[in-house]
Amino acid sequence: MDTILQLLLNGLAVGCIYGLVALGFVLIYKATELVNFAQGDLLMLGAFTCYMFVVWYGLGYWAAFALAIAIVALFGAALDATVLRRVIGQPQFAVVMLTIGLGAIFRSFASITWGSEIYTLPTPFSARATRLGGVTVSHEYVSIIVGTVVLCAALYAFFTYTRVGVAMQAASQNQLAAYYMGIPVKRMFSLIWAISAGVAAIAGVLLAPVSLIDINLGFIGLKAFAAAVLGGFGSIPGALVGGLTIGLIELFAGAYLPHGVKDVAAYVVLLVVLAVRPQGIFGAVGRKKV
Amino acid sequence: MSGALLQVSNLETYYGPIMAIRGVSFEVKRGAIVTILGANGAGKTTVLKTVSGVMDPQKGTVTFDGREIQGMDPDRVTRLGLSHVPEGREIFPLLTVAENLKMGAYTRTDTVGVARDLAMVYEYFPVLQARTHQRAGQLSGGEQQMLAISRALMTRPAMMLLDEPSLGLAPKLVKEIFDIIVRINRERGVTVLLVEQNANMALHVADYGYVLEVGRIVMEDTCARLLEKDDIKEFYLGMKETSIRGTRRWKRKKTWR
Repeated sequence: MDTILQLLLNGLAVGCIYGLVALGFVLIYKATELVNFAQGDLLMLGAFTCYMFVVWYGLGYWAAFALAIAIVALFGAALDATVLRRVIGQPQFAVVMLTIGLGAIFRSFASITWGSEIYTLPTPFSARATRLGGVTVSHEYVSIIVGTVVLCAALYAFFTYTRVGVAMQAASQNQLAAYYMGIPVKRMFSLIWAISAGVAAIAGVLLAPVSLIDINLGFIGLKAFAAAVLGGFGSIPGALVGGLTIGLIELFAGAYLPHGVKDVAAYVVLLVVLAVRPQGIFGAVGRKKV
Repeated sequence: MSGALLQVSNLETYYGPIMAIRGVSFEVKRGAIVTILGANGAGKTTVLKTVSGVMDPQKGTVTFDGREIQGMDPDRVTRLGLSHVPEGREIFPLLTVAENLKMGAYTRTDTVGVARDLAMVYEYFPVLQARTHQRAGQLSGGEQQMLAISRALMTRPAMMLLDEPSLGLAPKLVKEIFDIIVRINRERGVTVLLVEQNANMALHVADYGYVLEVGRIVMEDTCARLLEKDDIKEFYLGMKETSIRGTRRWKRKKTWR
């Protein structure tokens, strides 16, 4: 029983990270119909930026965290304004190649700037745990779950209750009509990129104490992509549920199934779900109509 | 040319290599309702899209309120007070009616004025008030058209471009929508450029009309006089003339050909 609870807690935490990255995929896709395969590498950049401020410049964890979010978010917006805006309307294939290429560039940039070793980010949560009954509740995992919940609540409030948030929804539902309303659609798209990149950076910093930082941290994006597809690409709750599902399956498969199954389990489930319900778990709900 | 709120001269617009608008000129006087008639594919929608900035013209100028606006991004044109109600309504399907209307007022910061306009819109279209919290995608076609017009009104335009507001609506609803368009024009002083296939309706509400054929303006006059013209009667109003012997004259050429 304790083992199951333990796995549940850790699985949820890992799932949250997948969910956050998947959320980034979905936000950009819903707004601009681009799939950003560099999403995972933005996460890696976020983790490295935070590491740099903490270890190189001696800043406090929270200040470094905030700076990392701001820098990566700005970088995301700049990326949209200078590069990705130009490929809107081009074949999906071009977009896929472009973003995969961008991801490779980010990885080499990271290895040039920060080196290709493996780093540890010291955080207030590192190596601390509370024992609850037979379960070891590590503070790192709790910080991931709490961080995700807070972030999702904040995003939900932003998209539902603020003028700019509703305008972003409007722009992703009907771009032309948004133009007719005087909504600056291009600026909205840059803002979406900023939010997605910021969310990736947050995921990166939250993940850093659990998984060490190296330049290949971004490959987590592949599993997050599976999570986004599982949830029904284009559904925000779907992305989170997909992420949690994959996180839990991974941990339980790692504990109870033969060695090696852990890494493929997520994809096996993805295949099964796609075969049974091709639109994904939440795909049919509130689909965009064009 | 005094009193023209919108002036279009020698406009040429292409879809790729295909020339859709072949040098169109017209003007809309402040406070008027002007209609552009034309068959399918005549280029009516393209004219409106070029005016509102969704399409860029190859040649020619569009002057709105003394400013040249051709080639401007559509959101900036809207901010200048020219609001486009596109063909097919183009509402935000997953937002509620209230949110759709709020998006219409996106560019505005005068909270009091926005509230007053919201009340006005609900007064014009009471059915929308009953549906405030419904998703716009669940409305009927007629309600969606009302929402599209209301949403455009919320931008507080000096001029509205209406593209086929009667498309796909029941005759009773068409009448209702046109009555409101006239009221908006009279009561709010909003200048209207109306594009319609329902020529009968359009000619009765508008003051001045242009006839567009294959990308060119072939006739213009006051609507009262257009209604009297034989070509308009036959080709746009579908009134068939019969000769003394009771047989229909057929293969009649249009006078402008």
